[in-house]
Amino acid sequence: MPKDSGIGASSKRREDVRFLTGTGNYTDDINLNGQAYVHFLRSDVAHGRLNKVDTSVAAEMPGVVRIFTGADFEGVGGLPCGWQVTDKHGNPMQEPAHPVLAQGKVRHVGDPIAAVVAETAAQARNAAEAIELDIEELPAVIDMKEAVKEGATKVHDDLESNLCYDWGFVEENKAAVDEAFEKAAHVTTLELVNQRLVANPMEPRVAVGDYNRATGDSTLYTTSQNPHVIRLLMGAFVLGIPEHKLRVVAPDVGGGFGSKIFHYAEEAFCTFAAKALARPVKWTSSRSEAFISDAHGRDHVTKIELALDADNNFTALRTDTYANMGAYLSTFAPSVPTWLHGTLMAGNYKTPLIYVNVKAVFTNTVAVDAYRGAGRPEATYQLERVIDKAARELGVDPVDLRRQNFITEFPYATPVAVEYDTGDYNATMDRLLEMVDRDGFEARAAESAKSGKLRGFGVNTYIEACGIAPSALVGQLGARAGLYESATVRVNATGGLVVMTGSHSHGQGHETAFPQVVADMIGISEDMVEIVHGDTANTPMGMGTYGSRSLAVGGSAIVRATEKIINKAKKIAAHLMEASEGDIELKDGQFTVAGTDKSVAWGDVTLAAYVPHNYPLEEIEPGLEETAFYDPANFTYPAGAYACEVEVDPDTGKVTICSFAAADDFGNVVNPMIVEGQVHGGLAQGIGQALLEGAVYDENGQLLSASYMDYAMPRADDLPSFQVDHSCATPCTHNPLGVKGCGEAGAIGSPPAVVNAVVDALQRGGHNVTHIDMPLSPGRVWQAMNG
Amino acid sequence: MTQVTMTVNGKSVSGSVEGRTLLSDFIREGLKLTGTHVGCDTSQCGACVVHVNGQPVKSCTMLAAEAEGADVKTIEGMANADGSLSTIQQAFQDHHGLQCGFCTPGMVMSASALLAENPTPTEAEVRAYLEGNICRCTGYHNIVKAIMAASGQEPAAVAAE
Repeated sequence: MPKDSGIGASSKRREDVRFLTGTGNYTDDINLNGQAYVHFLRSDVAHGRLNKVDTSVAAEMPGVVRIFTGADFEGVGGLPCGWQVTDKHGNPMQEPAHPVLAQGKVRHVGDPIAAVVAETAAQARNAAEAIELDIEELPAVIDMKEAVKEGATKVHDDLESNLCYDWGFVEENKAAVDEAFEKAAHVTTLELVNQRLVANPMEPRVAVGDYNRATGDSTLYTTSQNPHVIRLLMGAFVLGIPEHKLRVVAPDVGGGFGSKIFHYAEEAFCTFAAKALARPVKWTSSRSEAFISDAHGRDHVTKIELALDADNNFTALRTDTYANMGAYLSTFAPSVPTWLHGTLMAGNYKTPLIYVNVKAVFTNTVAVDAYRGAGRPEATYQLERVIDKAARELGVDPVDLRRQNFITEFPYATPVAVEYDTGDYNATMDRLLEMVDRDGFEARAAESAKSGKLRGFGVNTYIEACGIAPSALVGQLGARAGLYESATVRVNATGGLVVMTGSHSHGQGHETAFPQVVADMIGISEDMVEIVHGDTANTPMGMGTYGSRSLAVGGSAIVRATEKIINKAKKIAAHLMEASEGDIELKDGQFTVAGTDKSVAWGDVTLAAYVPHNYPLEEIEPGLEETAFYDPANFTYPAGAYACEVEVDPDTGKVTICSFAAADDFGNVVNPMIVEGQVHGGLAQGIGQALLEGAVYDENGQLLSASYMDYAMPRADDLPSFQVDHSCATPCTHNPLGVKGCGEAGAIGSPPAVVNAVVDALQRGGHNVTHIDMPLSPGRVWQAMNG
Repeated sequence: MTQVTMTVNGKSVSGSVEGRTLLSDFIREGLKLTGTHVGCDTSQCGACVVHVNGQPVKSCTMLAAEAEGADVKTIEGMANADGSLSTIQQAFQDHHGLQCGFCTPGMVMSASALLAENPTPTEAEVRAYLEGNICRCTGYHNIVKAIMAASGQEPAAVAAE
């Protein structure tokens, strides 16, 4: 019987009512008194020397308040990078300056040169067109392998080269890995591209800066996944505003998918300009601007090699990846191809020896950083593709080859520095195969053949490291931040609770799911619990939402704070019932004394806490409010098995997804409806990557796919309805809820299933095609068949 | 500046607009009805869909001046008279047809236009009709399910979980 409330119930989302009636409060809905508008004049060349920025004519245009250029920011800090990677020689990565407005050079199309503040948005836009620029265009470096060649044009003149770092992992294992390859009975090699993507949350970024002359306080309203992180980075590193004089508010945010984690120049600009002008300054990104200013994702070029012994056991894995950083280091960019990618290369398999090399490269393109999955999709894609290729080369069933090499005993320490706490990869594979009726495939393929279509079946597994992350560990790995989460639980006199969380909801449904946890622990109704998030002024210092961490880390902080509340409430209840604290039990909102019929209600205890007439004042303080910071002991390891069935039209190369099934192990689940929705969304983004999406630069650094007319976002008729299942649950062993996280799984696990299915279809159709790079557009598939 | 007058959600409204002012800007900034969202600048995403004289229109693609005298309905006008959610809105909540909520106003307006035109669409017809509305969160699965349910059809076929 499904539960109707608390943990495990598909409670309907309370936030939906405002979103469905047009009463949400997104950042662009915020308009402050006396607000001015900023328009950024951005570079239309990929690389150039900025000889002159003449604003004299523009400054006289109607409505112009002031025009800012790089010169106005000379005394201001640059945008900081939050993660320092150490290269294989023990040296720190090369870290270029990243000014708020371009100084001296422009380094990608979209690099902001000047900011026009005017009375209206249209006036700001008009005046920007009147700014005279003298840019001496320089050769652009776009291709990563060209960028690291001797003598290549440098993106940053003051760096030694375009190589950010050359990372080896685990460097000490390299010789043993190479030796294993020499001894291998079979080696499968695959070169592939994990193409550049644009996150494209439907809400473009917005920033509104405000300054209070009376108090000297600055406020920034921004479309962020993590307002505290923005406050810390912008306050401490860019503008020099102490945190107690800076408030950052991220109200309703229309999706993020990683791209709203990072601290962006426009946020710093609006905060800076509001103070300089003593009036609010607002920026609303257009979609066209978003394409050339939001951090992009993926963009890896990889060669992967898998060594097997004569019995088809995986004996070693070796990868060589070029990872695009773009022109500047975005906030967490260096960590994505390294610690979020190399550490996952074991996948679900007991490969004993692994070596991962990553060369991170600067190019004259938009910065690349985390996008849904971040590093883990890249790891999963290459691993699951090379395994599929190996199975075909060896003539064995791809499911059997995987099963044979599955990790089956836990905890399991991989050769790439992480320890999986729990999992059951055979169980999710079994469940998947039940869901997809694999035995019926041949009949379906015959049916497809009747209409001239080639049908294919693709399968893969995935594992991800979520619940990011243990602070001490990530500190050793180069993080310049802790990755705990916080919660304050405030109980009111009449028994209702307000939970102030450092997690941020931008579609995940925290306002519904978090109360399910708290209400369950106390035994009260969910509507007695309210969630407050997204405002540094009324939530404890938290690290925000990304890396499928909100429930595993933020939820654990809420559990810890609620436990403190319950412990104190039990002391009060014991006093009220003149019983021993150890005998007090809490169930269904009633405190009872074990073995007696004495009881007091939750509301009686909360009232006593605030009206302490009969109260143990000598032992405990009045009031009922507790804060907890939770720092996870390990990552969590969601895993699963995915399968895709496709039809390929041999005349056009068009791929149609016939079915897609996902069997996930997320550990315990708080709200199954929300979890399934997260998987659906992830699958759509993963299938979008496999078939449709791709950010494409020409050789001059012009972004060719810079609008929804050119960047193929998945539409409703590009996708099937999905089969999803999360019944194979091995609860996480080290957080109080036993949860693992579900936000990224779909995007991580789905691309290889689609590509494996298309390759299967083509091979069944007699085409000797072993790989096609994503997106598998009709043109690429047709060329592969007829090339 | 031109004076425009139109009916929005049953009320007569007027305001002065520049010739280039888009209907979406007039609704959001002139009328402070911020439920209508703008998610792109090439008329692709559909977050800004409203009804103009009963027809779904991308309000970023129409000038405010063109709506002179028109009967406009936005997401703020979609609930029942007593303020409760309409059938379509309720179906979106019941079937988890929204996550971040940004595309939702346009989805609800398009869904409502679809069902007015075709009260019992097939799943394929729903998907085809939503061609002009992009959602990045839901993968459309639950949006399709919600619209099927709102049309009084059993969403079980879509609920293939």
